[in-house]
Amino acid sequence: MSAVFVWIETFNGAALPTSWEALGAGKLLADKLSVPLTALVFGDGATAVAQTAGQYGAQNALVCEDATLKEFRLEAYAALLTKLVQEHTPRAVLAIATGRGRELLAASAADTNSGMIAEISSMEANDDGSVTAVRPVYAGKILSDAAIDAAGTQFITLRGRAFRPNTPDASASIAVTTVAPALSEDQIATKVESFEAETGTINLTDAAIIVSGGRGMANNPKDAPAGVADAAVWKAQDGYANTLQPLADVLGGAVGASRAAVDAGYIPYAHQVGQTGKTVAPDLYIACGISGAIQHQAGMRTSKVIVAINKDKESPIFKMARYGLVGDLYQIVPALTAELKKRLGK
Amino acid sequence: MQVVVFTRSTPDTAAKVEVGANGAVSWGDAALVVNPWDEYALEEAILQAKAGGGKATVIALGGELHNDALKHSLAMGLDEAIRIEDPALDPTDSLAYATAAAAAINKIGGVNLVICGKESVDVGTDQHIYQTARKLGWTMLSYVSKILAVDYAAGTIKVERLLEQGKQVVTSKLPAVISVMKDINEPRYPSFIGIRKASKAVIPVWSLGDLGLTLPAAHTKVAAYRNLPVRDTQVEMIEGTPEEQAAKLVDRLLQEKVL
Repeated sequence: MSAVFVWIETFNGAALPTSWEALGAGKLLADKLSVPLTALVFGDGATAVAQTAGQYGAQNALVCEDATLKEFRLEAYAALLTKLVQEHTPRAVLAIATGRGRELLAASAADTNSGMIAEISSMEANDDGSVTAVRPVYAGKILSDAAIDAAGTQFITLRGRAFRPNTPDASASIAVTTVAPALSEDQIATKVESFEAETGTINLTDAAIIVSGGRGMANNPKDAPAGVADAAVWKAQDGYANTLQPLADVLGGAVGASRAAVDAGYIPYAHQVGQTGKTVAPDLYIACGISGAIQHQAGMRTSKVIVAINKDKESPIFKMARYGLVGDLYQIVPALTAELKKRLGK
Repeated sequence: MQVVVFTRSTPDTAAKVEVGANGAVSWGDAALVVNPWDEYALEEAILQAKAGGGKATVIALGGELHNDALKHSLAMGLDEAIRIEDPALDPTDSLAYATAAAAAINKIGGVNLVICGKESVDVGTDQHIYQTARKLGWTMLSYVSKILAVDYAAGTIKVERLLEQGKQVVTSKLPAVISVMKDINEPRYPSFIGIRKASKAVIPVWSLGDLGLTLPAAHTKVAAYRNLPVRDTQVEMIEGTPEEQAAKLVDRLLQEKVL
């Protein structure tokens, strides 16, 4: 059975929404190659997730709900993917380029000596079965046209939010096959000791809207309480929590930050957007008090609409923004939050 | 014990990178720096080698431009540097990179821990890191934000990993390849004495023959590099009181259908 495989990433038994984009990209490729589209779902809830994958365009699913796959561990997941690739010799394996997707596909590509192209933003299947894809290189400052030949299995990871999911069809059916794990628990050296969830935040790379704060967050007009070690840090942290977060909440978005803000200790590193942080491509990116250094631009330049709010009208961020608002973010952001609550009826 | 760390030279993070009319990538007269993610890997290699009473070796795959990164590494305090170059080795082909990297680690011998920066900004990927671990048949621990414990005698390691959904603590076995995040340490600046010493260092170059390798033909290739499409930079400045600015902006965003 030659097919296009798409790994559906799950977390706590639910599919990551971006996985449906991978099925969208997978269908383009499977249709071109006239082969079926097969979803791979591992871990808790795999059978239920496979049913939803059927609605998003997969014709078949290979599922494994073994206890060894409850949490993503590269050893266990890669061994199973490699086994399935060796057994089925699919034309391609696709996944979204999340942390897990990147390492899973790379590991299995190495195990099977297959070619891999990572983090592509668009692709074209050629008549000879080769695939040409566009991917950003040099920190997103230029693009490369990468080609992968038709010999063997093609491993491809996709940028989140770059491909459209298929329109779900509630009446679609899917043929689900249960497969055995490749490793038993005593063959897996890595053991998960603990997990501490990021509380109440929306994943930056999945977010359709991002509200980001930079060094300007320290210009909070509130007075820091007496005895605080660093007033600027307190002011900025208060600003993220009480000025930016409410705007993100009303928009259903996530909070990001510039490297300068992270390095100054204003907000944890997990929020950093840019060259040594996360690369994001939301529909709307609102940059507040961010000057827009080239390193920050590298992480957000493919955002659909960029809004810049900054005191300094000479800031480079205005050169890449669609809408520019010169002024104090601590006045504009609350006004914007209030206006949106009113207009969106929240 | 032995630690190996990989690095490469990349254009300065502030450099403007462009594709010329001849299709070549250039960054003007901007300096080459250590791949920004590797600074943390280099620092961690120094710390781990010191803590374990062993040696830290830095390796780069590719042409002479990577001597810049290797010399910076030596100046920071790495014990040895090696460059791997061969006309038949394309370091942008991740399988070739991983195969050569694994062979170099085996040639050094007795390596317990390999440390890599999270990704390489020039090639824009991290796939070669995971593939190196698979070619070695070693444990791969990615996105490490803290090494909590290493026991070389028992062959165990405990780390904290920074995942998209939160922080995970795992234990595993050595030898291992780890990729480290920016959070893990504060990279040191090279000392004046270190810079002087490094400038005189002669860096050995290993060929594929030295590694006993012949590589199969690559499945992937870069057909061309392109400049980014010109962004619609027509910025509309929205003026007025904060309330007026907010109202006008919401009008525009509703028209753009991004809300």
